[in-house]
Amino acid sequence: MSDKDIDKISGTETTGHEWDGIKELNTPLPRWWLGVFMACIVWSIGYWIVYPAWPGITGYTRGVLNHSQRDEVVANVNALKAARASREHALSAASLEQIQNNPELQQFALAEGRAAFGDNCAPCHGSGGQGARGYPNLNDDVWLWGGTLADIQHTITVGVRSTDAHTRQSQMPAFGRDGILTPAQIDDLVEHVVHLSGRPADERALRRSGKLFSDNCAGCHGPVGKGDRKLGAPNLTDNEWEYGSSREAIQDQIWNGHGGVMPTWAGRLSPETIKALAVYVHSLGGGE
Amino acid sequence: MDHGKLERNSILLLIGILIVVAIGGAVEIAPLFWVNGTVEKVSGMRPYTPLELMGRNIYVREGCYLCHSQMVRSLRDEVERYGHYSLAAESMYDHPFQWGSERTGPDLARVGGKYSDEWQRAHLSDPRAVVPESVMPPYRFLEQTPLDTHDLKNFLIANRKVGVPYTDDQIAHAREDLLAQADPNSEGLEAMQKRYPKAVARDFDGNPARVTEMDALIAYLQMLGTLVDFKSYRADAPENRR
Repeated sequence: MSDKDIDKISGTETTGHEWDGIKELNTPLPRWWLGVFMACIVWSIGYWIVYPAWPGITGYTRGVLNHSQRDEVVANVNALKAARASREHALSAASLEQIQNNPELQQFALAEGRAAFGDNCAPCHGSGGQGARGYPNLNDDVWLWGGTLADIQHTITVGVRSTDAHTRQSQMPAFGRDGILTPAQIDDLVEHVVHLSGRPADERALRRSGKLFSDNCAGCHGPVGKGDRKLGAPNLTDNEWEYGSSREAIQDQIWNGHGGVMPTWAGRLSPETIKALAVYVHSLGGGE
Repeated sequence: MDHGKLERNSILLLIGILIVVAIGGAVEIAPLFWVNGTVEKVSGMRPYTPLELMGRNIYVREGCYLCHSQMVRSLRDEVERYGHYSLAAESMYDHPFQWGSERTGPDLARVGGKYSDEWQRAHLSDPRAVVPESVMPPYRFLEQTPLDTHDLKNFLIANRKVGVPYTDDQIAHAREDLLAQADPNSEGLEAMQKRYPKAVARDFDGNPARVTEMDALIAYLQMLGTLVDFKSYRADAPENRR
């Protein structure tokens, strides 16, 4: 354009318009910005050719690299498995006791177990395995279903009252809710259980409760209330309580027969991870 | 072209705008016409049971998606933690989908069966009672709120209108099926499980006396990620590549 109008002060071309003596500068885009913009357009053409891009009638253009995100993740997971393979294989081949007695393998199992515990077990059992009301403490030496490595492994695999066909199974009756015992009888049993745990209890109730206990409770909890691991029946003579130690809590338990559910982990976690978890839980303090 | 010409001629400008918007629209809308090619052929997916659907409504109402995603991304670490990456087929009956973009809480795409009903109940009522480090708000009222089912059928019909294959039979028995799933001892259980294979019937909220919003939400959560049969799904088949 021959009739360029250059602003005297900035030296920049104006748009040529004038409003009451004011002119608008027509500042060009910075060269570097324009360069990057053009480069992006060129890049995108290359991208369309190489990667999946445009939709068509029956699908989309696959790109010359034939790239697939799903293939990539499978490859990544496989690479991870390969990196772990030697130790995972060792975990898989070794018995739980062999893992326990091999410091290097044990170290690996503990590390894997700790990670799996944090994601899968901690929501119920607590991040340190300390448990909560209805969720057993895994640090003490009280075990409902057994505290050996094999017991723990089995419990994790099949769960408790879970949907697994081989689940650990037992159900305490709801003696009050289902009307099996009268409220007065349950009150007597509460005194009996308080007495079993070595605390002072009402003498008159105790005189009545012996037969009640042997008729209704001893079948699972044993004649002297020591519990039975085959049935997951807690020991009533120790001072560890799943649902609380107060008279109200014991009464509530006999009335409602609470029994927690632990899911089966067989489908969700690999057998090796379950082994590692068994070693980890066993190491928390109370393993037998 | 001199953009001054474009700016001074409103018809020309309008045509220019139309062309640009049409390209943008086509790129966003066109793939929807090929969505059937995107959804993998899997076995096991079924429309949600009435109780699960109502639970899903509560999930949406309470904005759970604001903190929880329902999509395991196709990334190594995600697959390591949550399991198989999510398939398009797994959310094909979701209107709207619950993929989510925020993870203040963990992904829930495969949370079904991971925890017990009792844990879900305790956790929803008071998250910090079971997970001390949690920042989730409590939803205690769910346990106390009876499930409102007066427009249950309409939800199934609305879902059918947008492509969920609910049958007339399923719509006609929506109420019975909802009650049957919330009560494992009910007579309608068998018929419900025939209409909705693999549907789990339990007293989800631990209160057999009535069906609450807690029942519905836990029924929904316990179903998430459990429908597709991954044993028969071939991730490396050409039609399943993405």
